[in-house]
Amino acid sequence: MSDWFSGNIVITHDVGLHARPSVKLTKTAKVFTAKLEIAAKEDGPWIDAKSIVKVMAMKVPQHATLYIRASGEGAESARDAILALVRNDFENVAGA
Amino acid sequence: MSPGREYKGIVASDGIYIGPVLSLGFRRSARIASGSTEAESAALVTAIKAALSGIAALADAAGSDASEILDFQIAMLEDEALSAPAHKLIATGLAADSAWLTTMDAEISGYQSSEDEYFRARAADLRDMRDRVLDHLLGENPGVSGGGAVLFGDDLAPTRFLETDWTKGGAIVLTSGSTTSHVAMLARARGVPMIVGLGEGAISASSAIVDAVNGIVLFNPSQDERDALSARLAAHVAERLADAPYLLQKARRRDGTAIELLVNVASVEELETIDVRSCDGIGLMRSEFLFADGKPLPGEDQQYRAYRRFLEWAEGRPVTIRTLDIGGDKSLAGLTPADERNPFLGLRGVRLTLKRRDVFRIQLRALARAAVHGQLKVMIPMVTVPEELSATAALLDECLDELQREGLHCAKPPLGIMVEVPAVAVCPELFANANFFSIGSNDLTQYVTASSRDEPAVAALNDAANPAIAKLIASVACYGRDNAIPVSLCGDMASDPAHLAGLLDAGLTSLSVAPARIARVKRALAEL
Repeated sequence: MSDWFSGNIVITHDVGLHARPSVKLTKTAKVFTAKLEIAAKEDGPWIDAKSIVKVMAMKVPQHATLYIRASGEGAESARDAILALVRNDFENVAGA
Repeated sequence: MSPGREYKGIVASDGIYIGPVLSLGFRRSARIASGSTEAESAALVTAIKAALSGIAALADAAGSDASEILDFQIAMLEDEALSAPAHKLIATGLAADSAWLTTMDAEISGYQSSEDEYFRARAADLRDMRDRVLDHLLGENPGVSGGGAVLFGDDLAPTRFLETDWTKGGAIVLTSGSTTSHVAMLARARGVPMIVGLGEGAISASSAIVDAVNGIVLFNPSQDERDALSARLAAHVAERLADAPYLLQKARRRDGTAIELLVNVASVEELETIDVRSCDGIGLMRSEFLFADGKPLPGEDQQYRAYRRFLEWAEGRPVTIRTLDIGGDKSLAGLTPADERNPFLGLRGVRLTLKRRDVFRIQLRALARAAVHGQLKVMIPMVTVPEELSATAALLDECLDELQREGLHCAKPPLGIMVEVPAVAVCPELFANANFFSIGSNDLTQYVTASSRDEPAVAALNDAANPAIAKLIASVACYGRDNAIPVSLCGDMASDPAHLAGLLDAGLTSLSVAPARIARVKRALAEL
């Protein structure tokens, strides 16, 4: 695999990574051509951040740490956009 | 003008409705596979697209609350990962509908088994998506399943009731069913007209008038019959309008005597539909909603959070929570015995929880912790002998000791009993240690008249108007008054204006009713 830009952040949204946050997360991810993956554990399994079906199936609760990695074109800004979205409690979508 | 077909049944929840009939159970005819996997895959893609445009149209029409959840459904359906397993199944020779059904049911069960209440709730959204796409695949009245229909079948699952969007109107007609089933309680709470015990099998009809005031269902009504309905509908609406001004008034008799009027509730969601100012508190909260088949047993924290919600909602008013009352007609895999010959006379209510102290202890701990957030009262169902009350009281004390040792905030709630077993109603003096009595008139009627509430053939015997019931209620009320033990009644009798005069004569001053009946009962009380 090419170089990964990675990061992690704690989900503070009061219901965790649920319907609305998942919709926002996948919409943001789809803005980028980079490959974007998320995981509930540091060593995966890694999930396609552009698929809401797969993101929802992770069932990430509040206070869980979300691991993010991106590779390919614009990978660094893709990762930053996801981190910013989670940090802003899924309210304001930077770059989307 | 074809003549209508009229059937008589038992009113489970009153109201009048006319609408298209949606048959339950035999609704889905299977699709005939075209034999070509390409054609089946294409049919699925087309059906998903059609469902998507339907939901998009709904989202445009709906408010922002609903559009958020519709946005979720749209995002899910647009994601090819959702239908990918179905396309794989089609490639093995399955028809598009069964491939989609199999795929979605697997996805749904993944959500249902989640420990998180919120994720579990999303199962209903997935069922909705499943059915919408299926409707398009089968070319069957798409849209009707979403609400606004007369649901007609043998019986109705509570989940199906909860899945249906009743804000668009609708009614329920069941050939068997019971007026005291959970669905009937839900229907009364939401004001959905419902008739049970129709006794007829599958009737093929496209529309029906449901007169759940007089207990009459009219299938395929003619124009004349539709016109005649509007008169009845007008009278019913007039009744409702006459009730309305009473909703937020304090319940009083004609002479001004105040009556404590409480509500019966069965879920957290229900609270959103009730104005807390319309009642004096919660007289019966059925804790069974936390325990459902296929879900893990609720943990202490989950229960505590749920109970706390009721107390916070009540804003200082009393909240009576009944401990787990399963057994009888309410089975729960893993807890209730599967092989009882006569479940209503078997291991149910406190008989069961005292045998499963592991489960009981968790509930009592959660209740003791919730008790610090308001005026909580804890009620034990199906008590037959005083030892059941003392054993529960001892267990509650143990739980309180434990919680204090663990440094957790807790308080001791008053502990009362349901009066529903004749042995208690006949000798209330044996239960002088109870902090309160609540008469469960449904089960009391069933046990005193020895007639099952779920058996249409003996439904006439299962009559709360039997003088034996009035005599027992009067005796319990009298004992309570003389010994300063508060007595309330939380069965269906309290919600029925026909019984109110008798209950007041018996000396009751506290009643707990279905939320949809608050205004009507207050209006009836004002005339007594």
